[in-house]
Amino acid sequence: MTVQAADNAVVPVEKTGNLQFLRFAESIAIPVGAIIASALLFAVFLLLIGKDPIQFYALVWTGGFGSSFSIQNSLQRAAPLILTGLAFAIPARIGLTMIGGEGALVLGGFASAAIAIPLVSGGVPPLVTLPVMAATGIITGGLWVGFTGWLKYARGVNETIASLLMSYIAIAIMNFFVEGALRDPASANKPSTMPIGDAYRIGSIPGTDVHWGLAAGIVLAIVLWVLMSRTTFGFAARMTGGNLRAARAQGLPVGWLMVICCMIAGGCAGLAGFFEVAVIHGQANASLVAGYGFTGILVAFLARQNPIAVIPVAILFGALAAAGGVIQRRMDMPDATILVLQGMLFVVLLVSDTLYGRFKIFQVKATGDRT
Amino acid sequence: MDNAVLTVLIAMLGGAIRVSTPFMFVALGETLTEKSGRINLGLEGNLVLGAMVAYATSYLTGSPWLGVLAAGMSGLFLGALHGYICKLPKVNDIAVGIAMMSFGTGLAFFFGKPFIQPQAPKLDSIPLGDWTGNPALAQALQVNPLFFVGIFLAVAMSWAFRNTKWGLIVRMTGDSAASAKAMGVSVDLVRFLATAAGGFLAGIGGAFLSLYYPGIWNQGLSSGQGLMAVALVIFARWDPIRAIFAALFFGAAGAIGPALQAVGITSGYYFFNAAPYILTLVIMIISAGSKASARDAPGELSITK
Amino acid sequence: MTFSSISRRSLLRVGAAGLAATALPFGFARAQTNVVLGIVYVGPKDDFGWNQAHAVSVASLKAVSGITVVEEENVPETDAVSKSMESMINLDGANLILATSFGYYSPFVVELAKKYPDVTFRHAAPLWNKDADPQNAGSYFPYLNQAHYVNGVAAGLSSPTGKIGFVAAKPIPSVLSNINSVLLGARSVNPNATVQVIFTGEWSLPVREAEATNALVDAGCDVITCHVDSPKVVIETAEGRGVKTCGHNASQAPLAPKGFITGAEYKWETIYKTYADAIAAGQTPPNFLVGGYNNDMLRNTPYGAGATPEAIKAADAAIEALKGGAPIYKGMLKDNAGNVVVDKDYDNYDPYLDGMNWLLEGVQGSIT
Repeated sequence: MTVQAADNAVVPVEKTGNLQFLRFAESIAIPVGAIIASALLFAVFLLLIGKDPIQFYALVWTGGFGSSFSIQNSLQRAAPLILTGLAFAIPARIGLTMIGGEGALVLGGFASAAIAIPLVSGGVPPLVTLPVMAATGIITGGLWVGFTGWLKYARGVNETIASLLMSYIAIAIMNFFVEGALRDPASANKPSTMPIGDAYRIGSIPGTDVHWGLAAGIVLAIVLWVLMSRTTFGFAARMTGGNLRAARAQGLPVGWLMVICCMIAGGCAGLAGFFEVAVIHGQANASLVAGYGFTGILVAFLARQNPIAVIPVAILFGALAAAGGVIQRRMDMPDATILVLQGMLFVVLLVSDTLYGRFKIFQVKATGDRT
Repeated sequence: MDNAVLTVLIAMLGGAIRVSTPFMFVALGETLTEKSGRINLGLEGNLVLGAMVAYATSYLTGSPWLGVLAAGMSGLFLGALHGYICKLPKVNDIAVGIAMMSFGTGLAFFFGKPFIQPQAPKLDSIPLGDWTGNPALAQALQVNPLFFVGIFLAVAMSWAFRNTKWGLIVRMTGDSAASAKAMGVSVDLVRFLATAAGGFLAGIGGAFLSLYYPGIWNQGLSSGQGLMAVALVIFARWDPIRAIFAALFFGAAGAIGPALQAVGITSGYYFFNAAPYILTLVIMIISAGSKASARDAPGELSITK
Repeated sequence: MTFSSISRRSLLRVGAAGLAATALPFGFARAQTNVVLGIVYVGPKDDFGWNQAHAVSVASLKAVSGITVVEEENVPETDAVSKSMESMINLDGANLILATSFGYYSPFVVELAKKYPDVTFRHAAPLWNKDADPQNAGSYFPYLNQAHYVNGVAAGLSSPTGKIGFVAAKPIPSVLSNINSVLLGARSVNPNATVQVIFTGEWSLPVREAEATNALVDAGCDVITCHVDSPKVVIETAEGRGVKTCGHNASQAPLAPKGFITGAEYKWETIYKTYADAIAAGQTPPNFLVGGYNNDMLRNTPYGAGATPEAIKAADAAIEALKGGAPIYKGMLKDNAGNVVVDKDYDNYDPYLDGMNWLLEGVQGSIT
């Protein structure tokens, strides 16, 4: 290690660039190779059950990317997944396996719909109401997951179980209010909170059918990438994730770092809940429980917890979901087809983790390059 | 009112016996896996695939016990796959678990379509409560043999971890891979076998769901029970006997919601239905932070590091 | 009216998407129009319940020449359903969309109907408002509570104790109406009959449905019926406990050879056939198509071994009465908190009943 560091000082600039480029190339080539490998594996599966793989992949293309409609379909479905992916990725960087994004999304969405009730009926303009709703969703989600992080830090409660339990509890809370005290009497057969009304709904990004949640997700992913990779906070968080004891020994405020990372995560999920309410449903109801939180976990793992990588992975998942419909319709295959494909893709991508550093072409030649 | 209390208590007893078995099998399987130092978060996949395979096998062959065996084998397959992949360097076992969950449920839903409607032969139960003369109690004490298999397994595992060479090897592998290696134990092989065996048990848990209680196959059958059962292992602090109690507790808590409505306490049923989750969380918060909890954790687990 | 501007706008849209498949501006005005029927289900289409009932009925349309059916299952009630329906329109050229889950309607069907005025949308719940909602949208729905009333009549005469148990998913009007109708049916033949209800809180949660069934049997109910998406668990568990059962959604008769009385079933095929015929004749299908026994949209499952001869006789008579439009909700009726909720005789399709948020006196249970 130290030798290398000493070397770096004298290595010519283009060599360092070369090293970084090779790393980058490796980090692209291996996942792409894995995606191709899993596609081939799935083709074998399709042949075994008597379906045509070529038609299948043609339809994946048609449904996911083949037209401007399909692209927008994929992007729209990706929007909540970017945010819930971040909700898993950020705590993962500090070593916490938080699977409570679903609950934070549901509760954040519910809280933003609930706070909108007095604001809308009081005639507060949308330009004020919507930011308040968004802030409420973010804060509610943040506190909800932050509490789990605090339990981990203060009481040593295992965060994976606690966050799972908290998700079930969050859904119960939402149902209790939506079907009870906060139920809009007009929402007879689909118990919901009072609708915020069309004037308060957020529209689409101009020129597209894709909603603003996608833009928010992309911006947030970039901001969080900077935070986690380019700031002292991020460095401290990653150090804690890498080696808790060492971080403690260095005097890092480990507990606060954990709680803050969890609050960021909950805030991302809560924001996703806000967009579900403000864009999609216009009110809170049981449809908020759509599994985005759990799909976000898959997204984050495939993105190797990298906030930037969450974006393309979420779009890939969105495209698969979009294509899944076309495949059901044209090939008469059940919706679980996409689940099997996702599972295979996921397994192969994880197996490919073992290949990093194995390919000679991505390594700087050990001796010759260093003087 | 006394009558109502009695009704709820009998329902909780019945719930504990009826609902707990799948939690038991998954939790025991996971205990074995985690004792060896690896975590398999994907047993939900084994549970769902096991349920489907058991139902399909029972329907096609007419033998529910053959279904149980087939469910175990399907779980073994997923567990072995998990164990094999995690052997590769740099692969994260938690991530592989989530992948297996997705893969296992996907396979089960994909191939399970034709088996939702038909009726498969079910497992029989042993009527242990007919002597009581109380029909509700008699029903609560209708016990499936797998329930006793689960308890027997827990006792056997608990004993084996302490008193057999195999048990010591698994524990040592889980606590310190380095010292296991120093003793000439193949850490990868032990973990592979522990994960495969754990997967087998989780598959059996699935067979209980589809062939006994509730005794159907459809896509909503498990609804996260496998995930909860994995969580219960940490709750039970990696002890097979405590895992049994955790499963019984969870089953009993799950009966509270319907039972309270049956005796006329009908308001707030969303919270009563969430009772298992709320109670588990409360107990975890109260009992966590103790030194015992940290001491019991296998040292090699990525989740506790 | 605004017809020309609407079709121009939609043409532009379709053109913009680069797909001309749906570019026939006059909808069904031409008899030779091929119909591409897109149907979305909220769960698996072979769930042995709500979704399967639709799937089986729509399958009967596949044989009709000129009709293509495209199906998508497990579509959640989020923007996913908008996108799935839109994908059917854009990629498959669907010009008739059937949305079969309650939560699909608002905002998803309404907004999409505005966006695609040439596509006909029909939704399976009586929600379409002819003044406020787009004219190319519409509703269809059989009032299943009439069949549950018949269940109640048969159950009231087949139950030794008159205690009927009801496993219900959620306390919403369409479920509450079924519960109340079972009570009214049972009381019409046995004034002391009661209905005890347990809400599971979810449309499909097999373990809790089984627990609820057991709890009801333990509480002394000797006939069990339900309103959940897939009643298989409830019926099998009750049969295993040795009590009688009434079915829901589809025929569960084979599941309970000893105790099955009868069951409430939809006849979606009547509606789907009406749509197909309208299309074949070059007409737009009716916007609002609801009904019950009086127009052949319901049936009760053939009686099982649990039905007593008196029960069969009384249930058959009840069906005949319903065909003649006999009302189910006849004043005065109080809810189980003592408030008068039915002060006069209501027609079986009276909108007042669509907003039902009470359980009648005689029902044990509460909706909060």
